[in-house]
Amino acid sequence: MVRIQREPFDVSAELERLRGGDPQVGAVACFIGVVRDLSEGDRVATISLEHYPGMTEKALEDIVAQARARWNIRDVLIIHRIGELHPTDPIVLVAVTSAHRGEAFEACEFVMDYLKTDAPFWKKEATPAGARWVDARAADDVARSRWDTKR
Amino acid sequence: MNLTILYFAALRERIGLAREECVVPANVTTVAALKDWIVARGAPWSEAFSTVPRVRTAVNQSMAGPETSLPDRAEVAFFPPVTGG
Repeated sequence: MVRIQREPFDVSAELERLRGGDPQVGAVACFIGVVRDLSEGDRVATISLEHYPGMTEKALEDIVAQARARWNIRDVLIIHRIGELHPTDPIVLVAVTSAHRGEAFEACEFVMDYLKTDAPFWKKEATPAGARWVDARAADDVARSRWDTKR
Repeated sequence: MNLTILYFAALRERIGLAREECVVPANVTTVAALKDWIVARGAPWSEAFSTVPRVRTAVNQSMAGPETSLPDRAEVAFFPPVTGG
């Protein structure tokens, strides 16, 4: 399941819902991305997140489908927030359930690496030096390309 | 050919426009040709495309390359590299 929302998310309620009482689930791996207060040496007061309604959901669904094709997993949840956020605010939740931990760990990292480079979201930071759009990081492309050769 | 053109993030701000409906000439059949046509209209498009690096494109909400062809009534989006997560 894929969701884009302004509101915060309740991690334990979301994980409970994802598991859905499925007795085949032996592992739940979960990643939470959080807004930091420092970027390129500047204090960040707020960030605002823009997305491409329609394409963002489609891109995330496609990433979930790729993860399902690669690993034997039970279910995947992606929640990404948009709008104005502050340091320490959770921004993204990725959770994967599977029978055993190996699949859940790997698929969770895969989904996050692909989200970073393929899902149309853009961050703008408000700093004392003014507002600026965040630049894409080469390290994110490297993280994604690792999966080209793995398995 | 009729197209809906969308701009996001830094590109949207520089152009001062999130969306426009355009009727483009029949020889504008690919992403690269559309970009050239947009830029040839001058400011603010020319300035925006020259200052925002590595602009990406999606056609009907799928990532596209310069050679991707444009169906009539396509939704074409231009945007900087993504920075979510």
